[in-house]
Amino acid sequence: MKSLLKTENLVSYIGPYTILQGVDIEVGHGEAVVILGRNGAGKTTFLRTVMGLVHTRSGILELDGQNLAGMPTYAIQKLGIGYVPENYGTFDLLTVEENLRLAMWKEDAETMERRDYVLDLFPDLKVAYKKYSKTLSGGQRQMLSIARPLVNNNKILLIDEPSKGLAPVIIERVALALREIKKHTTVLLVEQNFALACAVGERFYIINEGKTVENGVMEDLIKDKNLQAKYLGI
Amino acid sequence: MGTLITLIVSGLAEGALIFLMASGLSIILGMMGVINFAHGTLFLWGGYAYMFSYYTIRARVILSVFPDAFQTGTQGGLLEVTGVQLQTGQVLPFTQELFIFVVSILIAVAVVFIMGIIFEKLFINRVYGNAPAQILITLGLQVVFTDLVRVIWGPNMIPMSRPPFLDGVSSFAGGRIAHYNVFLIIVGATVAIIIHRIITKTRIGMVIRAGLQSPENVEALGINIRKYFTVIFASGAALAGLGGALYMPLVGNVVSSAGMNNQILAFIVVVIGGLGNFMGSFLGSIFLGLMGVIVAVFLPAISVVANVLVMAIVLVFKPEGLFGKAVNK
Repeated sequence: MKSLLKTENLVSYIGPYTILQGVDIEVGHGEAVVILGRNGAGKTTFLRTVMGLVHTRSGILELDGQNLAGMPTYAIQKLGIGYVPENYGTFDLLTVEENLRLAMWKEDAETMERRDYVLDLFPDLKVAYKKYSKTLSGGQRQMLSIARPLVNNNKILLIDEPSKGLAPVIIERVALALREIKKHTTVLLVEQNFALACAVGERFYIINEGKTVENGVMEDLIKDKNLQAKYLGI
Repeated sequence: MGTLITLIVSGLAEGALIFLMASGLSIILGMMGVINFAHGTLFLWGGYAYMFSYYTIRARVILSVFPDAFQTGTQGGLLEVTGVQLQTGQVLPFTQELFIFVVSILIAVAVVFIMGIIFEKLFINRVYGNAPAQILITLGLQVVFTDLVRVIWGPNMIPMSRPPFLDGVSSFAGGRIAHYNVFLIIVGATVAIIIHRIITKTRIGMVIRAGLQSPENVEALGINIRKYFTVIFASGAALAGLGGALYMPLVGNVVSSAGMNNQILAFIVVVIGGLGNFMGSFLGSIFLGLMGVIVAVFLPAISVVANVLVMAIVLVFKPEGLFGKAVNK
């Protein structure tokens, strides 16, 4: 399997603090991979490091063999990495339509087709298309946040804890949408909600104290109660 | 009633000028997080660039129309064209006066726009996210560029009259209304409408509204927000420059202390209007303009402290501004 996103011994820092201290992750084309770990383990920082929002100190960080370390965030995104940040990252003063348009690389027929596809995927957004996103519920904002990068032809989608702060019934809808999305796009999901992680992920990595400590296929983790207790507190 | 109308018109005119300065400052602070203490010097350079262009172009035009006109004196190293002696009964036609005025304004705005680009590229660019460094570097720019004005044009006040076609006064419902004040109100309102259209209808407007909340998330959508920062900073500068150019004929002179005085007003508007809140800047400017003239007439003893007092009261009771921050970060 040729890897799409690859990190090896990745170390990154925020100010004087080294947060990631050796993360090895490989995601292949078309895969759905989940990163698990406790609060503060470095999962969000890992995604932010890939996006260039946190500085890389050393190690390998590549997309399709191209080095991403040191590149500005906007250029990394343009290489084909869609990013769904923690806490939605939707823009309150923009309508749903404007949030989507802002994300578009160009407004051609192909992009509009993809927009129609995401509006079918999230009918709530179609209803609220002209509304300011500050008027949306938490679940709708999460849907908008996931929908936004899908208007472009990304190689991979990084999604940071989409279940955060949502009611269980909404999480189920998000899970269904992610299962649909992963049919077309490579997905790297950071998640604390084990049920959602299991519903989406085929393989997993566990990050603990800034390092990858375990990885494997999702079915093995589901069976391995010791591993769950040790690193996930389940 | 007559006095009230006079006061309202001149208060609105003051408000329009404050708005030109405050709107740029508010967006620069709200979106880029830059505390720009150099905004006053950009205003000042707008005024001096206007004055220099106005006198220089006017001298050329007069000498071309009336070759026998002669120069009677110099002021601040410049040809004092107000002192040019024309033969009795000879004035420049309206179209030429309008041309001189409009071109001088455009030159002033262009000069300050370019200064804005240079400031952002050379200085501000290096201190994003570092508030103490921003204060020091922009204060430094304020000091240096204000002194540069004194070096180039001298420390003395330079008289600056209004263009003749805007210099009149009309009576209306018992009040006396200066035409220049009406002109300022029209310019302020027009600029407000244009900015509002840009913010609500264009892609750069979307980037501004999104950037007010999170520049980082804008960048994560593949948008090079630094490029927008340069344009927005320079546009804010150009608005301040326009304010400076229009301010000098209002007060009748050009003096190097005008920048700092007006900058303080703009900062007060940002505080009472709410950070990055365009409508707040607009209403806050009108409020401050009206309050300024009313206090100056009825309570002149507190006219110096009134503005600061309002800001202090707002900060104590409504720190997010009377009209609220544009967006919660």
